[in-house]
Amino acid sequence: MKLRTLLFGAIGFALFLGFWHWQTYGNAIGDLPGPWLTARGLGEIAVQGILWENIVASVFRVAWGFSLAAGIGIPLGLALGWYPSLRAVFNPLVQALRPISPIAWLPFAVILFGGYPMSSDLSAIFLLFMSAFFPIVTASTSAAASLDPRYIRSASNFGVGGIAFFRRVMLPATLPQILTGLRLALGIAWVVVVAAEMLGVESGLGYQVMDSRNALRMDYVAAAMVVIALIGLLLDMGMARIEAAALARRGMSRR
Amino acid sequence: MSTKITVRGAHKVFSTKKGDVDVLDGVDLDVMEGEFLVIVGPSGCGKSTLLNCMAGFELVTSGSIRIDGAEVREPSRKRVFVFQEAGIFPWFSVWDNIGFGLGNLPFEEKHEIVMRYIRLVGLEGFEKAFPSELSGGMKQRVEFARALAVEPDVLYLDEPFGALDALTRLGMRSEIIRIWRETKKTCILVTHDVEEAVELADRIAVMTKRPATVHSVLQNDLPRPRDPDHPGFRALKDKIFGILGVER
Repeated sequence: MKLRTLLFGAIGFALFLGFWHWQTYGNAIGDLPGPWLTARGLGEIAVQGILWENIVASVFRVAWGFSLAAGIGIPLGLALGWYPSLRAVFNPLVQALRPISPIAWLPFAVILFGGYPMSSDLSAIFLLFMSAFFPIVTASTSAAASLDPRYIRSASNFGVGGIAFFRRVMLPATLPQILTGLRLALGIAWVVVVAAEMLGVESGLGYQVMDSRNALRMDYVAAAMVVIALIGLLLDMGMARIEAAALARRGMSRR
Repeated sequence: MSTKITVRGAHKVFSTKKGDVDVLDGVDLDVMEGEFLVIVGPSGCGKSTLLNCMAGFELVTSGSIRIDGAEVREPSRKRVFVFQEAGIFPWFSVWDNIGFGLGNLPFEEKHEIVMRYIRLVGLEGFEKAFPSELSGGMKQRVEFARALAVEPDVLYLDEPFGALDALTRLGMRSEIIRIWRETKKTCILVTHDVEEAVELADRIAVMTKRPATVHSVLQNDLPRPRDPDHPGFRALKDKIFGILGVER
């Protein structure tokens, strides 16, 4: 079963590689590079060491932006979900701000936190915060708002309120939806980090893409894209695993 | 037996978008200490609303509900509600669910109480199991144990067997009678199942359609365990069906 899944997946990759190779056959490094040039380019930037610095820079920014968004977004979202009056006042605002692409905040990020022409981690972190914040708030709000009334009544029946209610009922009940929101938010943040780093900073994988383009090293551009994909995949798998573990421990894994 | 709960002239009006809906229209009812009272009535007649008001989850619009002479204003650990579909928490083990209402007792004390009620409902060996690993009947047992563990005076049972399959339901009926006899709690059960009412109740309060009142309260002195084929059983059933306006 497992082998079958792997095999089928490998077929997809092989088809793509074949198509890619066929379409780019004979291209030079200044043109659209083929798989072989990309692999060689990946080897070169890995050996040069600059790749690792850029990976660290990107992951560092995502970690900060994402953690801040989770730290503020989860409590805020749960409060919005729990108190209907708070939700009535603030949810329309949240929903109105949500569709704004985080990249659109860049000019203000630069004014507020510094940046281009000088690089600023703060601006990039702000953009990542903006990208992760809304999915987290929205997931937490809907989780708290849809809390099963039987759980609320049970808790009040047994005199469980306040902090104990939050810890023993609210948090575990909303956890599955919050984790889904976190996973979504991390995926978005990872997409946005590359775009953010193309615009205002001098490190990170997005910067690597732009810098390589300016040097007309399209093989390095493609190599950076491969790295972006791999790390994105790893982050998502990590979140999926945390999600599964958290649910399994509560006997809620859906298998 | 002394009177545990007195309901006098209980009115309940729900405000909806389409205007006010009268659900309870002056309900009078006495519940005796330690008795098993079943409230039976047509679907949607407001019997669950009455139970919710007795539990303090909702307040009557006018009239009064008193327990031991004190007006019911909010939920209390002294009277615990058992839900139709398991209201137990899927993120807690059986042990943690049953201990949910026990607060911050020292572990040994809590463990002793939890294990006592696990034994009472016959779930030995499942302390560490999660609700997702249990059958419907077992979840219902956990719910009973969780309610009993806080030693309430009154148990409110809102169609507690409604979500169970027919066979499990029959088994759980005799279980609840056994538990009731061992613990001597005042039990008030709401159902639309007339046979269930006759099998379980000391007294049966038959409610009318909405807006509901109590039509009559019938005494049920049939010996337990009760046999549905007993002529007395059938006669009582037919009497209730008659009141509910169902031709048999």
